[in-house]
Amino acid sequence: MARPSDDQLRSILEDMVTARVQARRLWNLQRQGQVGTVAPIDGHEAAIVGAVHALDPEHDWVVPQYREPLALRRYGPEILDRYLLYNLGHPAGGHIPDPIRVLPPQISLGTQIPHAVGIAWGMTLQDESGIVLVFFGDGSSSEGDFYEAGNLAGVLKAPVVLLCLNNQWAISTPVHLQTAAESFAAKAEAFGMPGILVDGNDAAAVYDAVEEAKARALANRGPTLIEASLYRLGPHTTADDPTRYVPADDLAAAQRDDPLERLRTELSNRGLWDDDTHAATEAAALARFDEAFEVAKTAPLEPDAVLNHCYSTDTQRLARQRTELLGRSPGGG
Amino acid sequence: MEGVDSTSDLTMVEAINETLHAEMARDDRVVLLGEDVARNGGVFRATEGLLEKFGEQRVVDTPISEAAIVGSAVGLAIAGLVPVAEIQFLGFAYQAMHQLAGQVARLRYRTRGRFEPAITIRAPFGGGVRTPELHSDSLEAQLANIPGLKVVLPATPADAKGLLATSIREPDPVLFLEPLRGYRGIRGPVPNGEHLVPLGTARTARSGDDLVIISWSYQVELATRVADSLASEGLSIAVLDLRTLVPLDVEAITNAVVRCGRAVVVQEAAETGGFASEVIATINDECFWSLEAPVARVSGFDVPYPVGMVEHLHVPNEERILAAVRQTLDAG
Repeated sequence: MARPSDDQLRSILEDMVTARVQARRLWNLQRQGQVGTVAPIDGHEAAIVGAVHALDPEHDWVVPQYREPLALRRYGPEILDRYLLYNLGHPAGGHIPDPIRVLPPQISLGTQIPHAVGIAWGMTLQDESGIVLVFFGDGSSSEGDFYEAGNLAGVLKAPVVLLCLNNQWAISTPVHLQTAAESFAAKAEAFGMPGILVDGNDAAAVYDAVEEAKARALANRGPTLIEASLYRLGPHTTADDPTRYVPADDLAAAQRDDPLERLRTELSNRGLWDDDTHAATEAAALARFDEAFEVAKTAPLEPDAVLNHCYSTDTQRLARQRTELLGRSPGGG
Repeated sequence: MEGVDSTSDLTMVEAINETLHAEMARDDRVVLLGEDVARNGGVFRATEGLLEKFGEQRVVDTPISEAAIVGSAVGLAIAGLVPVAEIQFLGFAYQAMHQLAGQVARLRYRTRGRFEPAITIRAPFGGGVRTPELHSDSLEAQLANIPGLKVVLPATPADAKGLLATSIREPDPVLFLEPLRGYRGIRGPVPNGEHLVPLGTARTARSGDDLVIISWSYQVELATRVADSLASEGLSIAVLDLRTLVPLDVEAITNAVVRCGRAVVVQEAAETGGFASEVIATINDECFWSLEAPVARVSGFDVPYPVGMVEHLHVPNEERILAAVRQTLDAG
């Protein structure tokens, strides 16, 4: 097992800091009415960034749920650009350009897990070397798709890593109402794959777990289920008020173990990070965000964009509807 | 028209099997997946011989897992393959409906065309063979109401071949619905070699001028028998086989109704919200003033698909179609 190098740890922290400040900026934009509902990232940064840094963006796929995009900086600047369009409700928000190996956010919980298994399976069939990392939450693990996909992945020995971000809350539903299992990792037993429980506030530990699972998958030894246990430090989304259900003491305890502060302290103590670096990283992240948001706000939108890309070519009926939408008389008559 | 007189006499299931062989040989990206499709050759033998010919990498028995079959097909398509998935009976598709409607149908749209859902999902459906519950359900109207999907329902062995080959080569996702009663109950000439039928082009199963029966899948067979039986009375009844509900051949419907002035629409599905209603609404939109009588529809009842002893009361038969035809001829 290879632990992340010092350079990688610095790079991981940079991505974590970037994700957090950009997510907060996005929160503010929602409060100003500039974007739709957004899901904060606070508390999830170490698990997402740590996992993604164990991947090779040229060969490995990332299949997110919906909270991850701002932490996928490693996969290119287009992820932020498209995510801003997504939050603006622009139709191109779901279009992550080829050849970036990232799927757009998935709102229907757990449905992306069979997609990930299918991609991994397809890569095997084409003798492509690479894995698929799929994110989902503690709540999503109660969906049928998790069980169907986990089972199929086990049977096929698909090169996929199932990463459950257990943030203790599915909106307001706590983990003990989500499952009676000892852990989410324990569910791997039923799939015939290893189940690894890892501290999701420890970026290096998550990196290690994913790196090992990846090596296993690439050696044709099949999939792995990893549970990264962490704590959702913010609300579920901008539409949520967690003071109704999150015990204040629990939240305070979780805040004392903030994954970003933990890595920052560790790297600072080792002379790998300092306050100036931190401030510069935040400033660069916000400048990049603001610039991207200005571009996103003026992204071109065809007058008939709502009809585009439903089919490879318009059906007869859709063609008529397009004509109607564009304000011309049907049939040209 | 080279080779046009070269045909084989095949049942629908034989035509489907032959087409799967041909398409897998033609394009090595085609992968077959489903329950019992490999070792068993499918419960109706539609996939017989494919495992032996193309190997277990490309012909895959899956767990009993409809959502994972359809969901992993999405992933296979993203990875650049051409999945042909089988749902063993269409009624089982309820267990994959969130993947069909929420994922397969929207993949192209939500990614602005980056990913092509070149996915074909085959499923047998329809009544008349006394299957257990939840096997025979006619879900075509539900599926047609999901933008992004194409819904294809062959009525003849030749179309089973031509439409299936086109569906597999389509860049859009196709629900390819095969009539249970037609698998061995319908036999006919099938062109040898390459035979493609475009989606969205209805077929005139029988020409006529007095009334047109509009239908799809197995009901085309019954409609044709009714039309034939009326010829001795000097009645000229046309039968239009829609072949595909999405895309819908609006022009063919309009032309037939304008020519005949009278129409009956026949479907196996329940009456309320069935696709027959869509056909009649289309007639209203396009050619209402050509009608000489109200358009009739013959449907299943508004009940869940019933069990064996009573299914003959539910599924339209020749008698009910004939009654609707006579009533429509007499009206107006």
